[in-house]
Amino acid sequence: MNWGDWSWMMPEGFSTFTAEVDSLYYLILWITGVTFFATEALLIYFIVRYRHKEGRKATYDHGSTKMEVVWTAIPLLILIGLGVLSKGAWDRMKIDVPAGAMEIIVTAKQFEWNATYPGPDGALGTADDFDVLNQIHAPVDQPVWIHLRAEDVLHSLFLPEMRVKQDAVPGRDIPVWFEAMATGDYTIGCAELCGIGHTTMNGTLTIHSAADFQAWASAQAEQRPQPQP
Amino acid sequence: MSTTEQEMGKALDAGGHHDHHEIPWIRQYIFATDHKMIAKQFMFVSLFFLVVGGALAGMMRWQLGFPSQPMPGGMILPDAMMAPTPNGAIMLPEFYNSLVTMHGTIMIFFAIMPLLVGLFGNLLIPLQIGAEDMAFPRLNMVSFWLAVPAGILMLASFGVEGGAAGAGWTSYAPLSTSGEWTGVYLGQQLWLASLTILGFSSLVGSVNYISTVINMRAPGMTWFRMPLATWSLFVTAVLILLAIPILAGALIMLLFDQTIGTGFFRPEVGGEPLLWQHLFWFFGHPEVYILILPAMGITSEVLANRARKPIFGYHSMVLAIVGIGFLGWIVWGHHMFQSGMNPLLGTSFMISTMAIAVPSAIKVFNWLATLWKADIHLDVPMLHALAFVSMFIIGGLSGIFMANTPVDIYIHDTYFIVAHIHYVLFGGSLFAIFAGITFWFPKMFGRMMNEPLGKVHFVLTLIFYNLVFFPMHNLGLRGMMRRIYDFTQYEFLAPLQPMNQFITVFAFLLIATQVLFVINFFWSIFKGEKASENPWDSNTLEWTVPSPPPHGNFAEMPMVYRGPYEYSSPESDTDFLPQTTPPGGGSSGVPEPTPTPEGVEA
Amino acid sequence: MTPTTADRAPMAGMKVYNLKLGMWVFLLSEVMFFTGLIGAYIILRFAHPEAFAEPGVVLNVPLTAFNTFVLICSSVTMVKAFAAIEQGDQQGLQKWLLATILLGAFFVGVQIVEYTILTGEGFVPMAESYHAIARGAAEGSAVIGGPLYGATFYTMTGFHGAHVSIGVLCLCFTWWRARKGAYTAGSLGGVEIMGLYWHFVDLVWILLFTIVYLI
Repeated sequence: MNWGDWSWMMPEGFSTFTAEVDSLYYLILWITGVTFFATEALLIYFIVRYRHKEGRKATYDHGSTKMEVVWTAIPLLILIGLGVLSKGAWDRMKIDVPAGAMEIIVTAKQFEWNATYPGPDGALGTADDFDVLNQIHAPVDQPVWIHLRAEDVLHSLFLPEMRVKQDAVPGRDIPVWFEAMATGDYTIGCAELCGIGHTTMNGTLTIHSAADFQAWASAQAEQRPQPQP
Repeated sequence: MSTTEQEMGKALDAGGHHDHHEIPWIRQYIFATDHKMIAKQFMFVSLFFLVVGGALAGMMRWQLGFPSQPMPGGMILPDAMMAPTPNGAIMLPEFYNSLVTMHGTIMIFFAIMPLLVGLFGNLLIPLQIGAEDMAFPRLNMVSFWLAVPAGILMLASFGVEGGAAGAGWTSYAPLSTSGEWTGVYLGQQLWLASLTILGFSSLVGSVNYISTVINMRAPGMTWFRMPLATWSLFVTAVLILLAIPILAGALIMLLFDQTIGTGFFRPEVGGEPLLWQHLFWFFGHPEVYILILPAMGITSEVLANRARKPIFGYHSMVLAIVGIGFLGWIVWGHHMFQSGMNPLLGTSFMISTMAIAVPSAIKVFNWLATLWKADIHLDVPMLHALAFVSMFIIGGLSGIFMANTPVDIYIHDTYFIVAHIHYVLFGGSLFAIFAGITFWFPKMFGRMMNEPLGKVHFVLTLIFYNLVFFPMHNLGLRGMMRRIYDFTQYEFLAPLQPMNQFITVFAFLLIATQVLFVINFFWSIFKGEKASENPWDSNTLEWTVPSPPPHGNFAEMPMVYRGPYEYSSPESDTDFLPQTTPPGGGSSGVPEPTPTPEGVEA
Repeated sequence: MTPTTADRAPMAGMKVYNLKLGMWVFLLSEVMFFTGLIGAYIILRFAHPEAFAEPGVVLNVPLTAFNTFVLICSSVTMVKAFAAIEQGDQQGLQKWLLATILLGAFFVGVQIVEYTILTGEGFVPMAESYHAIARGAAEGSAVIGGPLYGATFYTMTGFHGAHVSIGVLCLCFTWWRARKGAYTAGSLGGVEIMGLYWHFVDLVWILLFTIVYLI
């Protein structure tokens, strides 16, 4: 049987977030993996070693305060430590949008994505803005700042290869940013149940070289009717 | 005499006094007030809903394993659910959304919760603390009879126009606020009404459990001599008492939004979608501890008894239960990391969520230590209890990934979460339920369940279960989203087709295996080997009365002299020492004779 | 050793009989219920202050203040009813229960009148706007939406009113039972738990009145 992509590895990532997210994942995988094998092995060993046999008697033992302290303190330290370790990455991904980011608006609605670009004047919210449907285009090696909106219900912008996910909430403008590190076509998905067509909200994230992106943007702007002076 | 003295006097008249009354059939079996009968009522109704929930899952798995292919038997379902074609009926996305929603809703609210709380809460609490019944038997009856119409409404919603609710068991707004978004109209409202009524049922039940445990413990049954099953059910009842009203408020607000045009959660008129999430998860997180704590309590009982050894660290186990109960209130935001909630809150919820893993870890270590140097009898209840520990380890560890906010960005709303949920709810709660049912079956019905058949059911269930749910971790890692009707529409997910099919095949086998349990269950009620008072050589009070116990439970007021886990005590000439055996003088625990094929006279 | 009543005593410090314990436990859940409703109101009010009116613009504070006083009086009469039966005073019990019922019913009546006036003015909890013209605001001035302000107002006060109404009905039942001599100084649980419920409902109202009408 073809098992497809069976692996505990994260699929390949192509954004500046990848290093931090993936390494945190592997750290947790390591910690939980060791714990898993140790505890399950102990469980199986105890079941086999201490299973009932004629004449066997269990030890009358109510517990050990020392052990309780040990196996409370160690997990607590590891887990809290993990939390503290991760705060930086979270803040960088969700709060600290870097300067010089290219701003666009992405609006989710049943059942499509609309990306709004600033057009030749470089400013959003002006008459020369243009929209593309179910596509996001961006230049490589430059931060992109998406103003994420929704028109009707909750959706969730999922860019797996960029390690990006953010719910889109109607009535809000939520900042989402990433910086792609390689050109190519990637996935846009919706990761929040949004109705009957939830499964169809896929799109393409295209990362261009800086020059190609300029060319694309100009071509898009040219296709649209120009605003009257 | 004061009211207090009057009540105490009444309580003393356990058992004997009541036997004189002729209880009409309808008061004994239908509108029963005896906690043991109510427990059975909850059990039968919940097992029925467990089957329904399983059937819904089976249909979901068909669509995921064989996307948009004609489903066997699908032609009998209406056109609103399955689109008829010349080759057979193909599932419609709207029906898939309803399946997703109703599977979760029914399993959580109508199967797992009533089994753990309605069955075991009712069965065990009065018996384990030495009481004749619950504090408020008639209120107890009301609790069951509120759950029934709630269940009927939930099932009926499949038959209305627009179908059953389709916004997920979490019913996020604004999707759930209008049929305009989901295509579901009356079905969504019936869902709300059903859960509101069920909420009342749980609430009055919890008032009963809490009052009974506080007030009706037998002499000598101090708090720290109560079995862990009772402790866990007590803390669970407190969680229900305080969390369900929040849900009720939220359900009512959503119902108003849907029907009369209020704007609590509707952004088009200024409302706040995130308010729904905060309210729902403020209830929802304590809810998941409601779904696991009784399972942990049951596991402790079975583990200690079948290992013939005191539970390791009884006081720590109690503290862990209480700790989980407390901490469960301050972690709800971890369901909302990606919701648009202020990211600063993300960090604080991550820290509290990491912290709450600790008491669960303590419990796992204590269970392991209980097995160390024990005398382990691998009967069916023990097998299920051991499986609980094993599967709960996996479920708990997977939680650490999603507690970590940056990693959660990637795995939120993917099958990684689905794997976690099912490892704790099925691998955890359901195995514990199997353990509890097989362990206390003799006390409920006076007969043993069939051991060999039970072992076959256990082994097959454990294997198939892991083959179904373990790969879901990997599906999630590949990026497969939840609640997705046809993932093959995504190019990056198309390679996951074979794994989904694999899961589907074993899911069908898993469901089919449960027939063995059903057969064992019903056959044993009528034909099982007769059980004595204490077939497991247990210490707790329920095993000092006949199987099944009479109305009023105890012929005489029990006196409690020690804790519940005095197994292999040097004070006893056997490997157990019941809580009610007087110290020194009087017989210490006398083990039950090995049952002969013809059964044993009590 | 035959256990005696003394052995069966509730654990030290918890000398409360079942009915009273059950009522306290139930009231805890009611605290959570109103917390959810009031919490939603507070969150929505902070998020969208422009959708809510200043106190007194839409709602009739003096009338409701008087109604609050009525409810507080009914708590006093309830206390007196309980004190009466503690002394075995059957007549006193019935008298003060009746007074509580009448005051409680009066409260509900005024609330119904208030609702009628407000809805007549167009202040309804749906997706329409409400022009605060009733109490002196100028024609065409600030438009306050019903979907948030009306929704939260009617939900909070409506559920409270429902609790009062149920309380009144239960009090009627208690009064009827009192007339049959069901309560004595040694058997007054039914009256005591009604009192607990009634005082709770009163406390919630004082909180609601402050939050909804005064702030």
